[in-house]
Amino acid sequence: MQNNEIIRKINQLLIDEIEIDGTQITPSADLKKDLGIDSLDFVDLFVIIENNFGFKMKAEEMADVKTLQDFYNYVINRFHPN
Amino acid sequence: MRVVITGMGIYSVIGKNLAEVKESLYAGKSGIIFDPIRKEMGFRSALTGMVDKPQLKGILDRRMRVGLPVQGEYAYIATLEALKNAGIDQPFLDAHEVGILYGNDSSAVPVVESIDILREKKDTMMIGSGYIFQSMNSTVSMNLSVIFRLKGVNFTISGACASGSHALGIGYLLIKQGLQDIIICGGAQEINPESTASFDALNAFSIRESEPTKASRPFDRDRDGLVPSGGAASLILESYDSAIQRGATIYGEIIGYGFSSNGEHISMPNVAGPVKAMQKAILDAGIKPSDIDYINAHATSTLAGDSNEAKSIDLIFNQSRPFISSTKSMTGHEMWMGGASEIIYSTLMMNHSFIAPNINLEHPDESSAHLNIVTQTTPAEIRTFLSNSFGFGGTNSSLIIHRV
Repeated sequence: MQNNEIIRKINQLLIDEIEIDGTQITPSADLKKDLGIDSLDFVDLFVIIENNFGFKMKAEEMADVKTLQDFYNYVINRFHPN
Repeated sequence: MRVVITGMGIYSVIGKNLAEVKESLYAGKSGIIFDPIRKEMGFRSALTGMVDKPQLKGILDRRMRVGLPVQGEYAYIATLEALKNAGIDQPFLDAHEVGILYGNDSSAVPVVESIDILREKKDTMMIGSGYIFQSMNSTVSMNLSVIFRLKGVNFTISGACASGSHALGIGYLLIKQGLQDIIICGGAQEINPESTASFDALNAFSIRESEPTKASRPFDRDRDGLVPSGGAASLILESYDSAIQRGATIYGEIIGYGFSSNGEHISMPNVAGPVKAMQKAILDAGIKPSDIDYINAHATSTLAGDSNEAKSIDLIFNQSRPFISSTKSMTGHEMWMGGASEIIYSTLMMNHSFIAPNINLEHPDESSAHLNIVTQTTPAEIRTFLSNSFGFGGTNSSLIIHRV
């Protein structure tokens, strides 16, 4: 899966599964402040990411993930470790 | 402090709102069906009451839906109607201390589904965020208090098949004591095979599967068991002073609550316990048995339950012989919900001057023959009614409502 496909898929999952307003989705958006993703939504993101990308997110790795771009980077790096 | 009912809302197998339910009660319409899935699963009886699953996407945001099990969805719809019926909007709820006391005694599906995920994935992180809030017994009061931003008393009453009735009783006592002005009280019951499989195992359900609408036949000689059912019922209980101050419509006044425990068998009912609950409610109301015009019986269509309740009622009311019916003949046994819904059914009858029939009563038995059971819709002025609810463990609740 190409990086732009990963990003497109993440955006679609955020819209479909977390019901984020699509117009709010920009790389610089703060996950909590701008997109309203709270600690419980993160729990659901663990499930969504494993079901769609096949790896387990780790809570301790999420500490520096603040913006949507951070999240894209995190998923891309975990999905393509090299 | 006097305690009145200023709002009602219902999501029932005989109607999705007050107007539909009133029509069904008047018409003597049954809400019982044959559910083929239960037969495939190995149920002894596939009979059940049935409602549509509410579609709340677009009405409630995702976070509010994720933690809400199906009985919470029923309860949300019922509470929306009750609040509207009471003339209470969200700005009012934000500005006043309004509580919630709801009857609920199971939440089987989320427990089953979350453990199924764990067994398959062997990782709790794959369960997600919603199941914990769906699976607790307090799920209804927990969720609705958040959805409606309630600031008052907030807990669930689990008292088996008397849960809804006890919720109203406790709400009545809190308002009577001056501790709360307004409380959303009610009862919710999930409808699904998971929640009733172990009950089906007790041989307590009717197996009259060829005639679903005739299966629930309280007080009839030819009954063969109860029919499980569900939905949700919400009532707005309010102090009389608050209701008058708001200019609210008063649908009835709760004047008596009586409770007792049989202290005997876990599933076999007796006579003394219900007698005590009814007598305590009458004493609390400060009235005489002859002041009761109508009794909404608990009668679920089981031989032991119906017979013992019939004897209990006859002991207290053999002189005045009030009208009696069991609306479970139409709804089936709404279990945790029944004690609240049956107050709504009876209050609708009181406000529309009729008594709904105990359908399917064709041949009274030795116990029920003594009672004045209504088998056809009957025009009647009800000034005061009593509603019974009994449950496993021998918990009993009787409520008395008076027309204001």
